[in-house]
Amino acid sequence: MCGIVGIYLKNEDLYPELGGFLAAMLVEMSDRGPDSAGIAVYRDPVPDSSCKLTLYAAGDYDWEKLQKEMAAYLQSDVKLDVHASHAVVIASAQVASVQDWLRTQHPELRIMSAGSAIEIYKEKGPPREFVRQFRLHELNGSHALGHTRMATESAVTTEHSHPFSTGMDLCLVHNGSLSNHNRLRRTLRDEGVDIQTDNDSEVAAGYLMWRLREGDSLEDALDRALTDLDGFYTFAIGTKDGFAVLRDPIACKPAVMAETDEWVAMSSEFRAIAQLPGAANATIWEPAPATVYTWGH
Amino acid sequence: MAAFDLNSDSVRTLNQHLHDSPSGTLSVTNPGGRHCIACGIDAPVEVSIDGHVGYYCAGMNKQAQVTIAGNAGPGVAENIMSGSVRVKGNASQSAGASGRGGALIIEGDASARCGISMKGVDIVVAGSVGHMSAFMAQKGRLVICGDAGDFLGDSIYEAIIYVRGNVGELGADCIKKEMTADHVQGLKQLLASTGVAANVDEFRRYGSARKLYNFNIDHADDY
Amino acid sequence: MSHAKSLRPSATFSQHVLDEIHRAADQGIYEIRGFGAKRSLPTFDDLVFLGASISRYPLEGYREKCATDIVLGTRYARRPIKLKIPITIAGMSFGALGANAKEALGRAATAMGTSTTTGDGGMTEEERQSSKTLVYQVLPSRYGLNPDDVRRADALEIVVGQGAKPGGGGMLLGHKITERVAEMRDLPRDIDQRSACRHPDWTGPDDLAIKIQELREITDWEIPIYIKIGATRVSYDVALAVKSGADVIVVDGMQGGTAATQDVFIEHVGIPTLPAVRMAVEALQELGMHRQVQLIVSGGIRSGADAAKALALGADAVSIGSAAMVALGCNRNIFVEDYEALGTAPGYCHHCHTGRCPVGITTQDAELEERLQPEQGARWLRNYLTTMVLEIQTLARACGKTHVLNLEPEDLTALTIEAAAMAKVPLAGTNWIPGNNK
Repeated sequence: MCGIVGIYLKNEDLYPELGGFLAAMLVEMSDRGPDSAGIAVYRDPVPDSSCKLTLYAAGDYDWEKLQKEMAAYLQSDVKLDVHASHAVVIASAQVASVQDWLRTQHPELRIMSAGSAIEIYKEKGPPREFVRQFRLHELNGSHALGHTRMATESAVTTEHSHPFSTGMDLCLVHNGSLSNHNRLRRTLRDEGVDIQTDNDSEVAAGYLMWRLREGDSLEDALDRALTDLDGFYTFAIGTKDGFAVLRDPIACKPAVMAETDEWVAMSSEFRAIAQLPGAANATIWEPAPATVYTWGH
Repeated sequence: MAAFDLNSDSVRTLNQHLHDSPSGTLSVTNPGGRHCIACGIDAPVEVSIDGHVGYYCAGMNKQAQVTIAGNAGPGVAENIMSGSVRVKGNASQSAGASGRGGALIIEGDASARCGISMKGVDIVVAGSVGHMSAFMAQKGRLVICGDAGDFLGDSIYEAIIYVRGNVGELGADCIKKEMTADHVQGLKQLLASTGVAANVDEFRRYGSARKLYNFNIDHADDY
Repeated sequence: MSHAKSLRPSATFSQHVLDEIHRAADQGIYEIRGFGAKRSLPTFDDLVFLGASISRYPLEGYREKCATDIVLGTRYARRPIKLKIPITIAGMSFGALGANAKEALGRAATAMGTSTTTGDGGMTEEERQSSKTLVYQVLPSRYGLNPDDVRRADALEIVVGQGAKPGGGGMLLGHKITERVAEMRDLPRDIDQRSACRHPDWTGPDDLAIKIQELREITDWEIPIYIKIGATRVSYDVALAVKSGADVIVVDGMQGGTAATQDVFIEHVGIPTLPAVRMAVEALQELGMHRQVQLIVSGGIRSGADAAKALALGADAVSIGSAAMVALGCNRNIFVEDYEALGTAPGYCHHCHTGRCPVGITTQDAELEERLQPEQGARWLRNYLTTMVLEIQTLARACGKTHVLNLEPEDLTALTIEAAAMAKVPLAGTNWIPGNNK
C-alpha cells in the first residue's frame, strides 16, 4: 500500500525545478509509504547513438573502476555520475551491448533503468531521508513519477520498491493489491520476462513489458491489462514523452489529477498536489475507472 | 469569529477547539488537502473552510453547518448525523458514506460510491455522480441533478434516488419507480432548502425492487 | 452359504456430504448456520506445558501471587484500558444475541474487571449500562454507528474481518430482524440483512491509517483503537495494522464463531488460531512492537489451558465468544424438545441463525429470552471466567511465573508435528521445529 505522485511540466522554464516539486510531493506522501521511496525522473535525454542506464550497488562501490572498465570494453565514451547508492551511466553505445556486458561482467550491480532519458532511484527508508540522500532538489527534468511504499505482501528491500522498469524509458508505480499476480508471474517467466521478486507490482510492470514487446501500443497494453490483471490498482506509467494513468474497474484506490497551464500532476491524495505552485487554481479531477489516460509531448 | 490557519495551526488544535468551545462561526484557511478537518463536531456552529480538504472532512458531523469552498477528498461528511455539509467544488469517493441524517450538498460532481451505505442522510448533488453510487443505500434520499454512473443503487434497500440526467447500467435490484405527487413535493422542498436550482419535473425516481429481501428458504429446518 | 457384509461408508462422500448435496439439490442455496468451524483442526490441545522440575521452581499459591492484570492501548491512547484478567468478551451483536444475553455478558465482565465488545448492530443502552468497559466495533456495515456512542465507548475496534469468515460481511436472517433490531440497523423489518464485506470509505492499510486518524480526532485521542482481523495472511496483516497506527490488534482464528454465516465460509476459509498466534507475535517482534501494540487472540479459546498457551506464545490477552455462549447455556441439556424441533440435539446445535435458540441466547423472541435471566447468566459466566483465570494461574505458577504474561514459548512443547510447526515449538523429546525457518 502506498502513495503515488507524478508531475509533467508543460513549461520548459520550470525544468530546473522538477526535483523540488517532486521532493515536496514525495514527502507529503510519507504517511502512506513510510518504508521506502523511489522515483523515475526523465531528464537530459541523450542522443540516439548513446544510452543511459541507472545502476544500483549495495554498500561501497568503486564506480570509477567500473567507468574505466566499461569505456575500455565499449571503446567509447562513458560518463558516470554517482547519486548515493546509484550511478547514472551514459555510454556512446547501443543499450543492448551495455546491458549484456553488465549482466555478465558485473552481476553484483542492479540495472534500475535503461533508455535515453529515464533515471530511476529507489531506496529503503523514509521519503524525507530519500530526498536528502539523492539531493532531489538539484534534479532537473521534464517529468517524473514517485512512489512511497508501505510494504504489504513482500519484504521491504530496494528491489521491492517502485518504480519498476518495464523497458526502455518505461516504468510503473502502483498503489493497490493485485490478486492474481502469482500465476501471472509464472506465465510471464515462461514468456521470457525477467521477474526478480515476489512483488505484485513487478508483475504488472513485467506484464506491460511483455505486451509492448509483442507489439501492443501502450494504450492497447493497458486496455488488455484491465482484463488480465485482477485486483485493486491505480497505476502510473512513465514513458519517454510523458505518462499514463489507469485505475481498475472497481476503483477503490484513490487517484487525483490536476492541471494548470504549467503542469499536469497526479497523486494518491490531493495534499501532495497542494504543494505545487498554482495548485489552488488548478483544474482538479479524478480519473474514471477502467480508462486509460495519457499525457505527452 | 474564531479563525484557524492550517499552515500554522494543527488540525488537532482546530478539532479540539471545535469539540471543547465551539463558537458561533469559525473560519479555516489554508486547508491544503489535509485530512480529518472539522470531524466529530457536536454543536450548532458554522464552519467555513477556504480551500480543498482531504479525507473525512466533517466526519460524523452533528448540528454544525460546514462549508468547503473547494474540493473534498474521500468520505466527506461520512456518517453525518445532522446539520449540513456543503462542498462548493467536487467531492471524491464515498461522499456521505453511511450518513444517518442532516444534509450533504455537493455543488460540483461527486465521484464513485456517493451515498454508499447511507442510512437517512439527504444528499443533493448539483452535478453528476460516479459509479456504484447509493451502493447498499438503506434510507434517505440521493438527488442527482446531472448523470449517474454505472451500477446506481446496487443492492439498494429503502433509500430513494432522484436523477435528472442519464443513468448508466442500474445496480442489482434497483429499478425506476413512479414519481408521485408526494415525491415531487418532497423533492421540491429538498432542492429549495439546499439551494440547488433544478426543475423537479425533469427528475425520475429509482428505488429497490425488493427482490433481494429474503433468501429463498422457508423452514428453520432447512437452515 | 451367504456372507453378510457390513455396510461400508465412503470417506469422501460421507453421510454428512451426501445430506448436504441432497439439501443443495432441494434448495439451490448455500447452507447458513451459526457456531464456528466444526471440523477437526490442530488446536492448543497439541501443546503442553513444561512444569517445574529440578531446573525450574514453581510458585506456591496464596501469597505467592501470580498476577493477571493487563493494560491495552498504551501506544497512543490517553486512557488505555486496564483489565484485571487477560480474557475479554468478543464482539457479538445485539440482533445475533438477545438483550438479556448482552446484559449477562456485561454484568459478568464488569464483575471480573474485563471488557465486552459490541457487534454488527451497534451499542445498546443495556450493554453500555451493564458493562463497565465497552469496546465499540466499527464494521463494514456501519449499522447503528454514531458519534455519541463513539464518544462513550472505552475503545473502538475497527473490524476488517472475523475468523469465521475472513473476507465476508455480517449476516442476520429476517426472522431475527425485529422492530428493535430493524430500527437500530436502519433496515426494514423481517428482511434478510445483507452486509458489505468492505468498509464503505476506505480500502487498504494506507487509507485505513487515515480512517484511524479520523476516529482519533473525533475522540480527541483519548481511547485506544483496535483493529480486528480474521486469521489469513497474519504476518502481513499484523505488520500493516501496526503501520496503519493501531493500538491493539485482535486476531481471530478460523475456529471463531458466528451467529449466521455460510457453512462453506466457516469451514474453508482462514487458518487455525494455533499458527495465527505465533505469526502475529513474530510480526510484532520484527517491527519491535511486541507488548507495545497489544495482541488479543480469539477463535476457539475454551479453557484456562488454551488461554495460558496463547499467552505463552506471546499474546497479551485472549477473547472468548463461543465459550461465553456455552457458559450462558448454549448446547446445555435442557429444553431438549426445542432442540429437536430445530432438527438438532444438545451438543450438536449450531442453529443461532434461526432465532429459535432453545436456551434464550441467540434469539429476539421474548418467550425464549425468558429462559436466560441476565443475573443467572452473569453468574454462570463469572464462574466460568473465574475458573479460566484459576486454571491460567495454576499453569503459570507451575512454570514459576509471578505474572501470567511472563509465560513464554519455551514453557511449551508440542505433541504433534503440525502443532510443532504451527506454533514453532519443538516436538516433545526433540529439538525439532519443523517448517520453513525463515
